[in-house]
Amino acid sequence: MAILELQNLKKYYATHKAVDDISFSIPEGSIFGLLGPNGAGKTTLLRMITGIFYPDSGEILFEGKKFNPVDDIAKIGYMPEERGLYKKMKIGEQALYLAMLKGMSKRDAMKKIKEWFVKFEMESWWNKKVNDLSKGMGQKLQFVTTVLHDPKLLILDEPFSGLDPVNSNLIKDEIFKLAQKGTTIIFSTHRMEQVEEICNNIVLVNNGKKILDGSVKQVKDEFKEHIFKVGFDKLPGSFSSTAFDIVASNENSYSVKIKDGNKPANVLQEFLNQKASIISFNEVLPSLNEIFIKVAGTKN
Amino acid sequence: MNKIWLVIKREYLTRVRNRTFILSTILLPLFFIGFIFASAYFSIKSTEKQKVAVSDSNGIFRNSFQNGDLITYEYPSDVNANNFKDKGYSAFLQIPQHYNSGVDSISLISTKQLGIDAEDKIKDQINDAIRNQAFLKNNIDKKVLDSINKLNEDQSYKFRTVVKQGNKTEKSNAALSYGIGYGSGFLIYITLFIYGAAVMRGVMEEKMNRIAEVIISSVRPFQLMMGKILGIAAVGITQLLIWIVLIVLLSSVSTSFISADTLQHAQAINNGMGAAGDSSAAMSFLNAKSTFLSANWALIIPCFLFYFLGGYLFYASLFAAVGSVVNEDPQEAQSLMLPITMPIILSFIIMTTAVGKPDAPISVWASIIPFSSPIVMMGRIPSGNVPVWQLIVSMLSLIAGFILTTMLAAKIYRTGILLYGKKVTFKEMGKWLFRR
Repeated sequence: MAILELQNLKKYYATHKAVDDISFSIPEGSIFGLLGPNGAGKTTLLRMITGIFYPDSGEILFEGKKFNPVDDIAKIGYMPEERGLYKKMKIGEQALYLAMLKGMSKRDAMKKIKEWFVKFEMESWWNKKVNDLSKGMGQKLQFVTTVLHDPKLLILDEPFSGLDPVNSNLIKDEIFKLAQKGTTIIFSTHRMEQVEEICNNIVLVNNGKKILDGSVKQVKDEFKEHIFKVGFDKLPGSFSSTAFDIVASNENSYSVKIKDGNKPANVLQEFLNQKASIISFNEVLPSLNEIFIKVAGTKN
Repeated sequence: MNKIWLVIKREYLTRVRNRTFILSTILLPLFFIGFIFASAYFSIKSTEKQKVAVSDSNGIFRNSFQNGDLITYEYPSDVNANNFKDKGYSAFLQIPQHYNSGVDSISLISTKQLGIDAEDKIKDQINDAIRNQAFLKNNIDKKVLDSINKLNEDQSYKFRTVVKQGNKTEKSNAALSYGIGYGSGFLIYITLFIYGAAVMRGVMEEKMNRIAEVIISSVRPFQLMMGKILGIAAVGITQLLIWIVLIVLLSSVSTSFISADTLQHAQAINNGMGAAGDSSAAMSFLNAKSTFLSANWALIIPCFLFYFLGGYLFYASLFAAVGSVVNEDPQEAQSLMLPITMPIILSFIIMTTAVGKPDAPISVWASIIPFSSPIVMMGRIPSGNVPVWQLIVSMLSLIAGFILTTMLAAKIYRTGILLYGKKVTFKEMGKWLFRR
């Protein structure tokens, strides 16, 4: 079942169409990538999903029903790209305030805060102010305040921007744990290589329009160019083949493109016929970045 | 609703716990008391022409008053305290037979405040007349003249002014209503800026710290804005209430500085039983205190709280809107604030006129239009001359006014708060007003 379904969403500004007729749905429990370059309309989309903006037209369904920002917002955790905290407020009080704004009772919020503070080794910070924290500590706190209320849908806009590798990994791990527990997660980023390994479904947007969506595997299969990389102990001499063309060569590998009507086995067979000592053989799939460039290029 | 309450609570607590708040709450009343006393000494120059009907039961003052540029005196026989207005007089001066007995008082009765200047001139005329009488009775002699002058300085008669409106007669004091009007108008002017700027800074802080979007993914932008405005309003009311309590406390403490003995002495003089002595300071203090208490506080204080709140609510959302569109540059805030600060400053200027001329058309209009009514109306109220209908229209239009400004400002706020790195023009803000 889809936890979130967008139908023909439109949001126009005076000067440009930020979101222009976008539809897609997000399966419950998935890790979903919302990808596109800066200015593609990702943040506007997210602001409509979080109820900050109203769409000019179109429909948002949350858990199968028309999205109601006032009630449904408590089930959503949103870490915007422009994020921050009250600098002069004590950390404990701040976490409590943000959790209660999401509708938690004081008692539940305290319990959850303690749990997370222990998990992230932040117990001693309670009475500190954000001003006294390092940047990395602030980022941890920001993440904790986003997930305190156990959102069903967690939306992270450029979550890794400005994160050091240690915190990056820490938060990535927590995201996986949340996903395992059934939380649906939306990743929004322009750095597509970051999410390839994390997401199972993606949607690509550019200039306010959706250019493709589907599971990562589907998308890659659709755009693969039947290129294989063959590694050798010792590189054999170049030869022409009816089964493939060599498109690139390295110190000890060839990249080959299979000709129509041939199979990977034919390629291997031909190399074996040459008595080449093969040590590896694998398909080269296009990166999301490459796919994006290709699709965005043809659509424009 | 629950969420607005959370926002209000946070705004209130973080401010009330602040050291600056505690300090300014204690220091300002001291400044304010000094200001009230100082402004009470300022007299108003009345420019209205007054025609005074004099009733003199002894006949000794007849024709001895000098007509001036502004005040003319007449001695009609058919005019009394009840019909002087109908006969075309602006005031009625009643001099009883035993005016110098220390028991009866010479009364100046008018339908409106005459102004301090006019009162002083009339008093001077009375003094001169008394002296002239003395000259006539005695052959002029240096010693006699001195003693007459002495008599004058001692003022062995009592003088009171009465404002008569229908059947209601009140003791009145022009300087006092001037002082209170000016003081409360000024206080509203200052607090509008203090708390309005606090709202603006609060909004800017949330935008700069990049927490605005985090919060409005939990509460509606309108809730966040209103929570902040109401939270700061609560801070303002707390501060005002503390000030009122402090002022009452300080004035009762200052009373106890004057020894009971001196006070008794002064009271005796007041009752016309003792001789003037070194206790004149205590006496004038007593007078000041009793006139201060004679003001219509039951009307002034509720009106002050209403106009403080109304004026604050009217302007606070506009300040919030400005705070929301400002980027890092404080210079930008300055120029964007101009359309808000101009009407406030203009109101203050009108108020300084309104305290002296509460019935002038500009005073009346400015006290009804919501842009200026909080400050100007407070300048008029202590004079006791504001008709009830004007007060009601003014209050209703202020309520309608702040609902309107809040609605408009909320539209600018919700867009501005999320907009970074772009200088916003008034034209653009105008467009936001019409967005869904």
